[in-house]
Amino acid sequence: MNLQSRKYFVIGFIVLCAILYTVRLYYVQVVDDRYKLSASNQAFLYQTDYPPRGAIFDRNGELLVSNQVAYDLLVVPREMEGCDTAALCKILNITIADLEKRLVRLSGSLENAEDDFRTHIFESQMLPELHARLEERMYDFNGFRFQTRTVRTYSFPIAAHLLGYVGEVNDADCEKNPYYKSGDYIGKSGIERGYEEFLRGKKGVQILMRDVHNNIKGKYMDGKYDTIATKGKDLVSTLDAELQLYAEQLMQNKIGGLCAIEPGTGEILALVTSPTYDPNLFVGRDFSKNYVELLKDSIGKPLFNRALMSSYPPGSTFKLMNALIGMQEGVLTPATTYPCAGGWPPLGSKPKCHKHGSPTDLYGSIATSCNSYYTYVFKSILDNRKYANQVEGYKAWRDYVLSFGVGTNIGTDLPFESKGNVPSKEYYDKVFGKDRWKSINLAGAGLGIGQAELGVTPVQMCNIICTIANRGYYHTPHCIKSIEGDTSFVKKWTEKHSTKVTDPDAYTAIVEGMYRVMTSGTGRGVQIPGIEMCGKTGTAQNPHGNDHSVFVLFAPKDNPKIAIAILVENAGFGATYAAPIASLCVEKYLNGEIQRKDMEKRMLDADLIHGFNMIPEEH
Amino acid sequence: MREKSERLFYNVDWFLVVIYFLLVGIGWMNIYSAVYDTEKSDVFNFSRLESKQMLFAIIAIVIAVAILVVDASFFTATAFFFYSGVIVLNLIVAFAGADIKGSHSWFKFGSFSFQPGEFAKWATALALAKYLSGRAKTELLKDTVVSFGLIFLPVLIMIVLQRETGVALVFGALVMLLYREGLIAGWLLLVGFVSIVAMVVGMKYPLVWPFVSISVLAILAINFAFMRKRTWKSAFIRIAIVAYVGGIMIVSGNIIEKLPEHQTARIKVWLGLPVSQKMLDRYDYNTRQSLIAIGSGGATGKGYLDGTQTKFRFVPEQETDFIFCTVGEEWGFMGTTFVVLLYTLLIIRLITQAERQRSDFTRIYGYAVASIFLFHLLVNVGMTIGLLPVIGIPLPFFSYGGSSLISFTILLFIFIKLDSQRLLILR
Repeated sequence: MNLQSRKYFVIGFIVLCAILYTVRLYYVQVVDDRYKLSASNQAFLYQTDYPPRGAIFDRNGELLVSNQVAYDLLVVPREMEGCDTAALCKILNITIADLEKRLVRLSGSLENAEDDFRTHIFESQMLPELHARLEERMYDFNGFRFQTRTVRTYSFPIAAHLLGYVGEVNDADCEKNPYYKSGDYIGKSGIERGYEEFLRGKKGVQILMRDVHNNIKGKYMDGKYDTIATKGKDLVSTLDAELQLYAEQLMQNKIGGLCAIEPGTGEILALVTSPTYDPNLFVGRDFSKNYVELLKDSIGKPLFNRALMSSYPPGSTFKLMNALIGMQEGVLTPATTYPCAGGWPPLGSKPKCHKHGSPTDLYGSIATSCNSYYTYVFKSILDNRKYANQVEGYKAWRDYVLSFGVGTNIGTDLPFESKGNVPSKEYYDKVFGKDRWKSINLAGAGLGIGQAELGVTPVQMCNIICTIANRGYYHTPHCIKSIEGDTSFVKKWTEKHSTKVTDPDAYTAIVEGMYRVMTSGTGRGVQIPGIEMCGKTGTAQNPHGNDHSVFVLFAPKDNPKIAIAILVENAGFGATYAAPIASLCVEKYLNGEIQRKDMEKRMLDADLIHGFNMIPEEH
Repeated sequence: MREKSERLFYNVDWFLVVIYFLLVGIGWMNIYSAVYDTEKSDVFNFSRLESKQMLFAIIAIVIAVAILVVDASFFTATAFFFYSGVIVLNLIVAFAGADIKGSHSWFKFGSFSFQPGEFAKWATALALAKYLSGRAKTELLKDTVVSFGLIFLPVLIMIVLQRETGVALVFGALVMLLYREGLIAGWLLLVGFVSIVAMVVGMKYPLVWPFVSISVLAILAINFAFMRKRTWKSAFIRIAIVAYVGGIMIVSGNIIEKLPEHQTARIKVWLGLPVSQKMLDRYDYNTRQSLIAIGSGGATGKGYLDGTQTKFRFVPEQETDFIFCTVGEEWGFMGTTFVVLLYTLLIIRLITQAERQRSDFTRIYGYAVASIFLFHLLVNVGMTIGLLPVIGIPLPFFSYGGSSLISFTILLFIFIKLDSQRLLILR
């Protein structure tokens, strides 16, 4: 037996082992990434530095939204030994069982909590008063510490829907944008959401090193990879806080929406939804409680932004649109007269009309808001010989309406705007059968007088009035004037959008008609002495009960400063509630003070929600 | 000629010496990093580990020089004396030693402590070399019994009396030496290998033994059926093989529960068998943290003194048994392969140098040294990268500790001394 040759076997074995170990090391160190991730999770503490959000001012420099300090109470469950939980619960006004329940939620189970060295948010957004009471006893509360955050505070309890609110990000937000991490705040609605990327600023992060006992061992690489938080940008809103406040007061105890816009710029001066709520309710640890409370009101729906999202039948205010289209198409002149027989004669006085002189010309028809007249006008647009058939005529009419920003996204800077509704050809094909409908069907349904399936939001309605006030164009309604040092975004609001109604004479005629509404027509009761105003009442039938009271208005007649559209739900004739409120708002905005105190008092006192209708029906 | 041979470093194998200094130097750097604290660092503060280790290294080098000074025949003459002395020391420590987590293997002198078990390695190697180099090569059975006796005496003392399994297991490595010297046949190695595989499989899958036994039986039966000369003896051997494999699997499947709790848990965690969360946290923790530290080093490492997992004490025992994690984390794959390469070169050099000896004593001793280093390397590194269960033995020259550093230095330098006098026949 040659024992010496055994050395080759031995050396072979050693080399084999060395190769095996090298391969394993290559796999662990180079191929497999899991360990690198685990290592940074364990040894690095990514401490986020949260920047304060930008402030929001009104158009006159009044501070609307700013920040206040709030405190998150953090807990490291493993370090809780010796904590005076009874005292803690007492201050937080929770039971020991609540506390245990939260620990279970955070750590999985109470047993796990004993070994859980991660930091969790135990209670978020505590305002300074509560923080102060806890701080006094902090030495008793082992395992707990504070983290400073900034939360919103509102100078006035107004414009809750327009400003929006801020809340913690959800999983979907984090998935959509990797900037967001659990625990961040994000604008949930209104300006806060629409301008989130400007307002949020930029988070900073400090990479700290920690040892196995969670002791901080200094900055990683001496802070080489740390970033500094930058404050969010301040926004100047187009809102007039005084007007907004006044309009909200007038709208209180009524359901509806109001929109006021400066026609020359498209700047939203006031955007009211009623009922509304105090935006301060959505700040701090009572957020969820208050939110649920507001959600419970199923009639008032205070969380629903009616001015932007609610699509209403526009009623008679839409007659202005049909008159404009008729004149542009050449089927209507100011001198055109049509008869009224308490309704539209071709269908046996349907749609119905109220009592007034007959026949009327265009001006008279606006002033008296004649239903028959506009049903004729609407039908004549669809019957126009220049179109192959009435269906083509309808499509042309619809294109006109869409060019005013109705039935389409108008493109405001606010999230969740509603498109409204102008039914498509396909819709009527479905209702009546393909191409088996005629102009008389739609005219009879009330499309000429702003009824039937038509839906317009108060913002869109106001935009139509702006277009008329500007005699043919509009600026997209928006609510931010300037962003601190950043003009690129607001530049787009200077663009003029022309509609398909381009005939200047058509606008002149309509403005004249609206002027007559205020001097001798349905709006004469709300004329402000000394100001030339142009308005139009509307009484929108709807399937939900009494008619909606609608009014549109712009003033002054030349060089208009304000256009306003308002809808009060189930409040009856347009002149009853909508007109006085709109008129008072204009008076406030243009004159600064109210002369017509009795009208103001009537409007402030009117309560349409709780059943106390103080004013008798006028017609 | 005579003058020349009396010179201190005459005929010294510089290759081994250079590797030794590289390993000790790199080892010390890693201990320094493992206990590095950003706030305070003072090499001359002797309450700190890196300073102590520096002191140990100096002592070790002094001893190494001393070994080179004495004549090689000193070691052949005193082999049994050292062996007996170390056995006595181990017996004393078993009864008089400090109690560290239930094991009695350390003498404590103030802030220094000393583990005689470490010294048993080179003492046993010397004794084996002495005995086997003087044998007549006719009485194989007697030689085998005596060799195993020499090996098992310290092992027995350590396991039974000191309750220190880690160091004791190292003696198993001497199988490699016995194989080279012809005391263990090749087929026995095969049996050993099959036994280990059967044991691991038996532990991991306690219910699989009938299938394995039947499969092995079937294969052997077919093999038997095609044999030209079918004898009772060959049939019996085949049945014995099946019974042995099946038996090992049954026994190991059951014995796993009978071991001390921490050993059961370590083995189960290593095999990926279900254990309670508490056990997993406790015994998987080391391996997991060790893998995280090494794995996070990547290809080129985080840089010297920039490791986070080891420095911030996520890895337990990072300066002793898990020192390899520091290498892995801070020097990456580059560093770990370099260290593995250094050890591999050391061990292969020991084998080739042992093979060139005229004297059996030196060859046998060299094989013992190589076996011991190989075992330490494989088991220590293997446990840090999750290939083997956690067994608490040091990485030679790297792990913090005076006993092990000095003991490994003695182990290696005795060989270097013996090798430098390879022209003489030593017995």
